[in-house]
Amino acid sequence: MNMKKNIFAIFAVIAMLISTAPAMAAAVTGKPAELQKWSFAGVFGTYDTNQLQRGFQVFYEVCSSCHGAKQISFRNFAEPGGPEFSKEQVKALAAEYTIIDPELEEGERTATPADRWPSPFATELEARDANNGALPPDFSVLAKARNLAKKFPMNFYDMATAYQEGGADYIYNFLVNYEDAPHGVEIGDGQSYNAFLGTGISMMSPLMDELVEYDGTDVPLTVEQYAKDVSAFMYWMSDPHLVQRKTIGFNVLIFLSVLALLMYLVKRKIWAGVKH
Amino acid sequence: MAGNSSYNPTNKVEKWFDERLPLLRFSKEHLMDFPSPKNINYWWTFGAVLAVMLVVQIITGIILAMHYTPNIALAFDSVEHIRRNVNYGRIIQGTHAVGASMFFFAVYIHMFRGLYYGSYKAPREILWILGVVIFLLMMATAFMGYVLPWGQMSFWGATVITNLFTAIPVVGEPILSLLIGGFVVDNPTLNRFFSLHYLLPFIIAAVVALHIWALHVPGNGNPTGVEVKSSADTLPFHPYFTMKDLFVVVVFFIPFAWFVFFAPDILGHADNYIEANPFVTPAHIVPEWYLLPFYAMLRAIDFDVFFISAKLGGVIIMFGSIIILMVIPWLDGSKVRSGSFRPMFKPFYWLFVVNFMMLMYLGAQPAEGIYVILSKVGTAYYFGYFLLVLPILARIETPKPLPSSISQAVLDKNK
Repeated sequence: MNMKKNIFAIFAVIAMLISTAPAMAAAVTGKPAELQKWSFAGVFGTYDTNQLQRGFQVFYEVCSSCHGAKQISFRNFAEPGGPEFSKEQVKALAAEYTIIDPELEEGERTATPADRWPSPFATELEARDANNGALPPDFSVLAKARNLAKKFPMNFYDMATAYQEGGADYIYNFLVNYEDAPHGVEIGDGQSYNAFLGTGISMMSPLMDELVEYDGTDVPLTVEQYAKDVSAFMYWMSDPHLVQRKTIGFNVLIFLSVLALLMYLVKRKIWAGVKH
Repeated sequence: MAGNSSYNPTNKVEKWFDERLPLLRFSKEHLMDFPSPKNINYWWTFGAVLAVMLVVQIITGIILAMHYTPNIALAFDSVEHIRRNVNYGRIIQGTHAVGASMFFFAVYIHMFRGLYYGSYKAPREILWILGVVIFLLMMATAFMGYVLPWGQMSFWGATVITNLFTAIPVVGEPILSLLIGGFVVDNPTLNRFFSLHYLLPFIIAAVVALHIWALHVPGNGNPTGVEVKSSADTLPFHPYFTMKDLFVVVVFFIPFAWFVFFAPDILGHADNYIEANPFVTPAHIVPEWYLLPFYAMLRAIDFDVFFISAKLGGVIIMFGSIIILMVIPWLDGSKVRSGSFRPMFKPFYWLFVVNFMMLMYLGAQPAEGIYVILSKVGTAYYFGYFLLVLPILARIETPKPLPSSISQAVLDKNK
């Protein structure tokens, strides 16, 4: 009997401890993150198509001159659950790019929707040469490769609420916190100070108000809005099947719950005549 | 083995088959008749959960291996390819990754149940030792599996852990080169880890077969620790325990599915979404949560003892912490199996559980300041529990009176 009383305590404590490892991820020393409301947060969250389209526009017009997205195919932009551009739009987008292919007579060809997003630089060396020695990271899974450090026991809360948006929150806070270096803080040559990181960084602030023109909407043209849209877009790039996964998840959980109940009733029936 | 068989071939074909290969007889005896104490509680269901988890891991693993490429230039992208382009790949990959955590969660419950109820005591020593062997194989398999996605934590975890072998005098360096196939973790390492990661689960399955065989000789223990005295104490495995186990397996799948479908990355480390880079070391190199207690004990030894360097000392302590489990049957001399009847044992046991969780927490913290001191205290208690507490308690403790039989205990409980 003693053990039974302890069941829940043990489960709770173990569950808390389970998440100590992710809590250590990518600790930042700068100012604390302001968590955003994401449409794709929580168990019911789905991507906001309009936001993903705006985020794509920021990526396309601003980020993609330096950052690649090698895991992304043009066709992905037309798939359900993503920005959902039309097939024609995707075809036209792909046609803007050239694929280098030494196997061909001309050595290159126009990209098709089946092609991956071409890298802006041919080699790492070329990328570093063009960027003051720094290498712009690929965007494909960047939103998964960044996370906000959560301390025990908050990581337990994250597990219970399925908080997975640390990467999007990280990127948003990073993008909106460029400012002048505080007095006494040394940053490297050609670097800009980022208050969220608490250090200098080789990329200068990529966004400014009214940098990108959103057509036909009254969405504000501010750094905060751009940062939010592009963070959401990057999160989609890192987890394109999120909606499909959650949809199946609901069916699975409902199925398992009903099955568990039936199993329990059968078990109780079988054991009914036995003192144990 | 259950001796008196209740199997009667019902027709000529069955009889003919039975005389040549008594497979059905074996199944009837061991999957259906196998008498189990009727008072075993839900802590006893985790053996079935573990068997199911092994199957889940093997099936998802085989599918992943069809799409995975064990080459340092392609491995990271091939895992992303699985997540993005393979049908339901995100779910299969998530099930395998989360499955490892769930597997360990279940194995810890299973082991702590054994420690509380004295499941390692005679006549079940071999059963327990085989369990420890399975646990060791599981850790090796999980470690090598974690290297395969070739992220930053994969690479640096592999580097740190394989480097431990260099602490061994004389043969350490050759063992390291053999293990990683060179002087640094590189493509040969990835290839052999993939090969071994595919092999070990089948070795685990074989040891599990022995584990179950060793279980079916003395039969299940039970919460009173009193052995089965008559058939009134037991129930046939089917349908009583098959149904109970199946129910628990389904319940166990609910949190499993929660992680797979709603938070597949929350148990992992964000750094493993960065492709391995030998030139950039992550700020903190931490193993997966289930290896953290042992990692904490490894790092707790930061001092030399005579000719034993701190590094070698840490390695001895880490491996010793698991090897010592194999000899508990002879360290704990108490004649009473179940902790329920051992008033002095209980507080020490629960302190051991809390201590283990503290070590798990400490394994994820940086090796500095108070964390190191606590790790040392935790390590000392971990070993002290086995080497001092259990042997001494066996001599000085007066256990509570045991029920005369399982049936009697059940009657008393239902009064």
